[in-house]
Amino acid sequence: MTVVDDRVAATSDRTDRAGRVGDSPVRPDGAAKVRGEFAFASDMGVENMLWGCTLRSPHPHAGIRSIPIGPALAIPGVVAVLTAEDLVGTPVYGLISADQPVLASDVVRYVGEAVALVAADHPDTARKAAAAIAVEYEPLPRLTDPAAALDPATPAIHPDGNVIRRMAVEHGDSGAGAGTVVVEGTYEVGTQDQAFLGPEAGLAVPDGEGGVDLWIATQWLHHDRDQVASCLGLAPEDVRLHLGGVGGAFGAREDISLQVHACLLALRTGRPVKMSYPRDESFVGHVHRHPARMRYRHHAGGDGRLVKVEAEILLDGGAYASSSWAVVANAARFAAGPYRVPNVVVDAAVVRTNNPPCGAMRGFGAVQVCFAHEAQMDKLAAVLRIDPVELRLRNALASGDVLPTGQTITGTAPVRECIEAAAALPLPAPAQPESDEWLALPGGVGRTADPRRVRRGVGFAVGYKNLMYSEGFDDDSEARVRLEGGVATVACAVAEVGQGFVTLAGQIVRTVLGGARAVIAPADTTSVGSAGSTSASRQTWMSGGAVLLACQDVASQVLAAHAERRGVPVQALRLTEDGRIVGAGADGGDIDLTVAEAAGPDLFEATAVHRHQRTVPLDDRGQGDADVSFVFAAHRAVVDVDVDLGLVRVVQITTGQDVGRVLHPTQLMGQIEGGIAQGLGLAVMEELVVDDGVIRNPSFTDYLLPTIADMPEVLATCIEQPEPGAPLGAKGVGEPPTISSTAAIAAAIRAATGVDVTRVPVRPWDLI
Amino acid sequence: MTAEVQTPYELTVNGRPRLVEDALPTESLLFVLRERLGLPGSKNACEQGECGSCSVLVDGVLVCACLELAGATVGCEITTVEGLGKAASNGNGESDPLDLPDMLSDVQRAMVEAGGVQCGFCTPGFVVAIHDLLARNPAPGPLAVREALAGNLCRCTGYGRILAAIQSVVDARTDDARTDDARTDDATTDDGRAVDVRVDGSRTS
Repeated sequence: MTVVDDRVAATSDRTDRAGRVGDSPVRPDGAAKVRGEFAFASDMGVENMLWGCTLRSPHPHAGIRSIPIGPALAIPGVVAVLTAEDLVGTPVYGLISADQPVLASDVVRYVGEAVALVAADHPDTARKAAAAIAVEYEPLPRLTDPAAALDPATPAIHPDGNVIRRMAVEHGDSGAGAGTVVVEGTYEVGTQDQAFLGPEAGLAVPDGEGGVDLWIATQWLHHDRDQVASCLGLAPEDVRLHLGGVGGAFGAREDISLQVHACLLALRTGRPVKMSYPRDESFVGHVHRHPARMRYRHHAGGDGRLVKVEAEILLDGGAYASSSWAVVANAARFAAGPYRVPNVVVDAAVVRTNNPPCGAMRGFGAVQVCFAHEAQMDKLAAVLRIDPVELRLRNALASGDVLPTGQTITGTAPVRECIEAAAALPLPAPAQPESDEWLALPGGVGRTADPRRVRRGVGFAVGYKNLMYSEGFDDDSEARVRLEGGVATVACAVAEVGQGFVTLAGQIVRTVLGGARAVIAPADTTSVGSAGSTSASRQTWMSGGAVLLACQDVASQVLAAHAERRGVPVQALRLTEDGRIVGAGADGGDIDLTVAEAAGPDLFEATAVHRHQRTVPLDDRGQGDADVSFVFAAHRAVVDVDVDLGLVRVVQITTGQDVGRVLHPTQLMGQIEGGIAQGLGLAVMEELVVDDGVIRNPSFTDYLLPTIADMPEVLATCIEQPEPGAPLGAKGVGEPPTISSTAAIAAAIRAATGVDVTRVPVRPWDLI
Repeated sequence: MTAEVQTPYELTVNGRPRLVEDALPTESLLFVLRERLGLPGSKNACEQGECGSCSVLVDGVLVCACLELAGATVGCEITTVEGLGKAASNGNGESDPLDLPDMLSDVQRAMVEAGGVQCGFCTPGFVVAIHDLLARNPAPGPLAVREALAGNLCRCTGYGRILAAIQSVVDARTDDARTDDARTDDATTDDGRAVDVRVDGSRTS
């Protein structure tokens, strides 16, 4: 086990400058970022460019009678106004199925759906022009209740129907009798927003020959490229995407936002067009985490061992499908939690409504069910009078166990170790009722807390999910490494969104190609194949693997060339783990030099495609080896609650996280703390309030993100059990911190208040 | 351009006079810095004063540039994140800087070394706000740090590594003050103001 805090401290000593895998070198883009010189997509601009703006629907559901664009075109400075009539390519797009109009033509299905586009010489002019388009709408009945959407009698609001996917996971004996103890519960999760800070932004530059270049903040350049080309009616090679600096993503940049719109305007006007969403538009311009309603029934023996878990899960997908098809499958597969459960019956559905579209967000379906299954575990523990941690340990999954899908865990599954580690970290000092440090109390410097009316609670939760894409999807990654003159240039189309892949790629280079300087080339769709999406905690494994393979190929080439130069057989030399070539020379002397030294000024290059093991689709009972690998984490939360005002302060979070192998202690800790912050947000702060299809709080004034004053102490222990099949032995680390931290905080609030918290985020009025 | 263009005016940014032409009177200081003066370091995350990504100093006072009318800052000393270092670095990170460039201020350096930077969008605002905090309070306690920086949102880090960065700067400055009272550091002047200016107004495309 590794206590990461210690290693972060150890490696902050500047003498550690090898920068290899396992060290904590600085980010290669760090200096530019702290100086304000790093070019985010929203920072880009060129001479003669126009500003694009989107006119969006104010209605959750309405027919469009007319879109009079004349008044907008008449405004000085306006260069173009486009509607659906101007589209020449495929008029719809979508991550998994193309069901979302590029621009609405006859009907709008959510507040914020794009209806028209404007290009003008100033962003204010573009916004004024958009506001001058008085679209004539005919409001239609709103379908905003997901339960109604599941009813076959409800009229379809889209040609593809209202049920995006309904699936079962049935394992063991679905008719198995009850155990000794049965607990039931109904749970609800509100809508969370990814709320990355860098707005959706892009710059489209026409090439004058019918093609276009787009600098864009995204998570997946090549998939964007394919969708954009299709919607523009162009060949993929005529649409070239370049990664603009990405100001956070968390799932919200997997879908198309302004990509097609900016290119349409650029191609129509023949001028570069920049688009950058203001925050209120960002809130309707990307998908959200699915709100969920869940009903659970857990059966257990008197010893606490689970006998059966039944779950009904309903996710609201909003107006368009996005990645809902895959999100609901995650919710279904991981519905029972990281426990041995012989009998499982899950009925999971995601439906279409006139609410804002939902899709990917960190944790991807596992977050919602974790809140529910962990509440159920606590209920069981209470009924059986077993300590909640002990109950979890008795049921903890381990390698070799069979999951509800019938898949056997062949990799590592240190669930027990995660639980024990989170439980073993020290508890914080007791609350001090006389404290005048208001910031440390619920309500903060608002000084609303009566310290005598503050109650402390401790809660525990465990969660898991898959790494990489599932159900037969081959999300491979390509990388090319070119070593010349001591410089190794890595080309890989990974979207660096802040997670630190650029750092890791350099570490891999310095580890395999000893003595080489690493240069990470800008990511684009022209110089290398797809790296897949920066999502599903997959880039370290998939693209890290591709870079590793390419580096190893280069190193082997260098070794062969050096063997020839030294007149020895290739077998006389070998590569070491720190990137050196060693062996016996022809004269009997030792050969020992770095790969970069051996390469000298010569050019060596290799391209590698990395694939994960094949997975298969689930059958109609939700059975099949659908996943590549699984990752686990446990969280313990300590909260103080003002029981009169229902205000919560999270005092401490500890975690035991399954990481496979620590590759960069500092970046790992950053993922853990950052993920926990988002879990804390979902627990007690963050909710996109959607009222009959209308978002009521699309601003940072009203959608509350955790601040530095809200974040508790975080202590982490990482479980290092190298994962078989993982290129570096490492599992993805981005999502696990977000999965069970929310559930742990909810449990701690229950412990502090005695209130049966069945919904997150927890609001003050839920507690008083 | 529309007919409401304002008479040209001059702003003093990072110690240098900068002429602003063709601006609308409604343009914020943030917009003018980013779109007219080639200083995109101040970021546009919320444009309503909630996130601190556009933090700048106006006559030594920490403000959100999105809430200031540019025309109202004529005659003021404006300091942006671009004014806190020494010289230009090299773009989006194509180099392999295992050793960070000397041009960074101590706060900037600590933010990178401690892992306080992930996506980096909040980073310039934090850098300016931390300089301001430590100029006013050289040894803030943990709660004082949290209260002072509660106006700067970060969505990536959970703030832990940012707090570590601040602590390392406080520790280093305290050590420096102890060992060399007379020491001065160009990159981190006592009042947090710029002492050197990046002249480069070029744009990345």
